[in-house]
Amino acid sequence: MHNTRSGRGLMRWRRFKNLFATCVMSLMALLVLAPLFAVLGDLVRRGAGALHWSFLVNLPTPPGEAGGGMANGIAGSFMMLLVASAIGVPLGIGCGVFLSEYGNNRYGTIIRFTADVLNGVPSIVIGMTVYGLVVITQRHFSLLAGGIALGIMMVPTVSRSTEEMLRMVPQSIREAAWGLGVPRWRTTVSVVLRTATSGIITGIMLAFARVAGETAPLLFTAFGNQFWNFKLNQPTAALPLQIYTYAISAFEDWNQQAWAGALILIVLIIGTIGVVRLVAARGTLRGAA
Amino acid sequence: MSALPEEPRLVGVPGLDPQRLKRPSGTAGPHAASPDGAKPIVQPAKAEARPPLEIPTPSRFADPLFTSLILLAAISLFAIVGLIVMSLVTRSRESLQQFGWRFFVQSVWDPVAGQFGALPFIYGTLVSSLLALALAVPLGVGVALFNTEVCPRRLRSLLSFTVELLAAIPSVIYGLWGIFVLAPVLRKFVEPWLKANLGWTGIFTGPPFGIGMLAAGLILAIMVIPIVASITREVVMAVPSQQREAALALGATRWEMLRISVLRNARVGIMGGVILGLGRAIGETMAVTMVIGNTPQISKSLLAPGDTLASVIANQFSEATGSIYLGALVEIGLALFIITLIVNTLARMLVWSVTRGMPSRAHA
Repeated sequence: MHNTRSGRGLMRWRRFKNLFATCVMSLMALLVLAPLFAVLGDLVRRGAGALHWSFLVNLPTPPGEAGGGMANGIAGSFMMLLVASAIGVPLGIGCGVFLSEYGNNRYGTIIRFTADVLNGVPSIVIGMTVYGLVVITQRHFSLLAGGIALGIMMVPTVSRSTEEMLRMVPQSIREAAWGLGVPRWRTTVSVVLRTATSGIITGIMLAFARVAGETAPLLFTAFGNQFWNFKLNQPTAALPLQIYTYAISAFEDWNQQAWAGALILIVLIIGTIGVVRLVAARGTLRGAA
Repeated sequence: MSALPEEPRLVGVPGLDPQRLKRPSGTAGPHAASPDGAKPIVQPAKAEARPPLEIPTPSRFADPLFTSLILLAAISLFAIVGLIVMSLVTRSRESLQQFGWRFFVQSVWDPVAGQFGALPFIYGTLVSSLLALALAVPLGVGVALFNTEVCPRRLRSLLSFTVELLAAIPSVIYGLWGIFVLAPVLRKFVEPWLKANLGWTGIFTGPPFGIGMLAAGLILAIMVIPIVASITREVVMAVPSQQREAALALGATRWEMLRISVLRNARVGIMGGVILGLGRAIGETMAVTMVIGNTPQISKSLLAPGDTLASVIANQFSEATGSIYLGALVEIGLALFIITLIVNTLARMLVWSVTRGMPSRAHA
């Protein structure tokens, strides 16, 4: 409809549309960043007030009693993450190696698809399954069950990042090893995996950061606990679980502590990601972070 | 077995011609001068099956052992998914048999009376996810385009890192923020305004609780944005630069170039990102549970509390008594599994069709 206009008017209209679109895109970027800064800001503002040294070293107290902490939740989270990595890291690396070194065929496609399926399974469904398979068999909510649930969630993430990293290792390096008569397994372990180590570790740390904040799979597995527990077969507190319980409770001081716990959790997670990012940016292999 | 030493030419070639190395022993000689040899050295992303190089192996057992260990890891992945499906199916059998398909169309969920219908949860999941997408898609696509086209080059990686941080914040923290910050704002300011001005549409009626479908949709939107944005960024960058240059050479402005050559080429992939975001929204549990109100009802109003497939499991599973109640909840889990499976598969196929051959960067 602007064809009838003079050339200059049309050009002005097009320039205006261009400017308008640029403004809209910039506005959207601002709108996306706004909630991030709102959430982080509120976490610091509300969390810092309730954060004391006692919060980090004390057990939870009943509502109304001062001096309660989340020490057992923090410890429980770390223990669960240890169990989770004991399961998720070897399996994930194994899958990644399979996909990259042996997976250029139909089987590779099937396994890759399976990993994608597992990655898409809602975490609450994984928690439910582990409840059925582990908790019912053990007759106990337990640290082990929570760790297994988180470990299952780590597998596809670690597998994918490992595969990506191994594919970035130049084929010529493998061939150099083969040419020297190095057996295939030795080539994979000492040459390929070694070359990609920093990238693989980056992937593991990111998977770590991802499952560290997971709450849904722990609801019916680790279940939570108000006391210390270091046994594999007992219910165990976890930081995200405790945040959830405290956030939906009706007690003001518990709500306050939920904010403090959330601040600790986010500092741990963003800290991990930040460190990984910095290290990865300096390393030779980029792209995982 | 000892093919390499018989191939003296290999040693002379600087860098060892890989194409020849990849052939099984015995076939290398006659084809040594074929044009294949001119191919680039590293093409790891090719999906073609390559017969492995036969190596004069000193360890006859180590190699098969290692291969079977790796294979075991790969199969265990398969086994995990199999176990999940098996566990869900066997433990929901009672409910499956008793209710059949009616389970998904009945709208009464009353565990005390033994009535189990999943319709309110399906409705809640659909409405909250679609609401989230309606907000997240324009924002996610917009920020991705801003990132790749408008943003100063130096700030690009900073911006994409910041958007990724949105995905790194745990669900439970979004829930916490939703309860104590977003819900009060909605209750005091947004919802009364919506009621006064858009109440005639019928979807903003009833008392403004703050907590409810609208809050869940907003929180979900924040969580879905990074997925849509990262996939969009990936597929937009996969558009060949000749396409952009062609449009620019014809005198297009930046926006016209984006519309004509970038968005038109990337729309299938963006669609994939949107569906992937839908998958995330459907399966999201904690944040939704904390802000949706957990009331199994079907209400036209977005201000009313609701419930989703995932949130009902989170709320009731550990308190469920009786095998039929548990079975019904597990059946909801099974439905959730199947829905996310379909949605994610569809999304992957769409994204692959655009970025095929490019390494995937989006850990969504």
